[in-house]
Amino acid sequence: MSPRIGVVTFPGSLDDRDAARAVTIAGGEAVSLWHADANLHAVDAIVLPGGFSYGDYLRCGAIARFAPVMEKIVDAANGGLPVLGICNGFQILCESHLLPGALTRNDHLHFICRDQKLRIENNSSAWTNSFEVGQEIVVPLKNGEGGYVADERILDELEGEGRVIARYLELNPNGSRRDIAGITNAAGNVVGIMPHPEHAVEELTGPTTDGLGFFASVLTSLVTNGRVTV
Amino acid sequence: MARVVVDVKLKPEILDPQGRAVMGALGRLGLAGVADVRQGKQFVLSIDGDIDDAKLADINRIAESLLSNPVIEDYTVRVEA
Repeated sequence: MSPRIGVVTFPGSLDDRDAARAVTIAGGEAVSLWHADANLHAVDAIVLPGGFSYGDYLRCGAIARFAPVMEKIVDAANGGLPVLGICNGFQILCESHLLPGALTRNDHLHFICRDQKLRIENNSSAWTNSFEVGQEIVVPLKNGEGGYVADERILDELEGEGRVIARYLELNPNGSRRDIAGITNAAGNVVGIMPHPEHAVEELTGPTTDGLGFFASVLTSLVTNGRVTV
Repeated sequence: MARVVVDVKLKPEILDPQGRAVMGALGRLGLAGVADVRQGKQFVLSIDGDIDDAKLADINRIAESLLSNPVIEDYTVRVEA
């Protein structure tokens, strides 16, 4: 049986369909989860997709954090359930304190949309184990509030523990501290990334198929960790 | 009906590109000598009944958990007479 990967839809989510499609292409079974339904429907992992949950009112991700489904996700993530937050999903993970730091307005104030080169820095997380450390990938990036900030102590801690999973190459598109594009929690099951791997899973529509690696990784890690038997 | 005002502002060390853009406009409008502009948010809560210590504690909890993000923002709570 294929691992069941939940994809949460909040009011204002945009990329839930693409995330579900990426899960399916990678070989998983995509399961739609609804923000107001405090039930994870026995999924084996979860993707928080990109978009503008609750209109990005107040702060990006700030209201989504208190959605009924998020209380279940926070508990499950603390118990080891793999969770990937992409773009707005990354913002929600930071607001939920599952990941440290915050995402702030791009330093140049413009919304940016481009194919972004990244370097994978950590291949021991649940969502990056199919990559090589140092591997360069290209996936779309599109955000207005993607500047990653945290205090120096947290940044040093992330670097020291190898918890920066990807870094921007050639151009820092949003003013993120230390060119950070994505990070993981200490356990390696929760990952947040600002660029969009789910938009780079098919040659017809993506700049590459590099994004598939994130979804293939979690399927591998679920089997390796015995969370799913095949 | 009591009014409680919660002001939220970015911590001093956090870059405020919106404030910087406003500062650029001030210069074009002829207001000289502005060294810095920081943009914040204000929430005005109209609350039934009197504000006691328990209610104020609740409001502080909400200010810290929802209205502000302590990673990047500071907040103040004041009761208006």
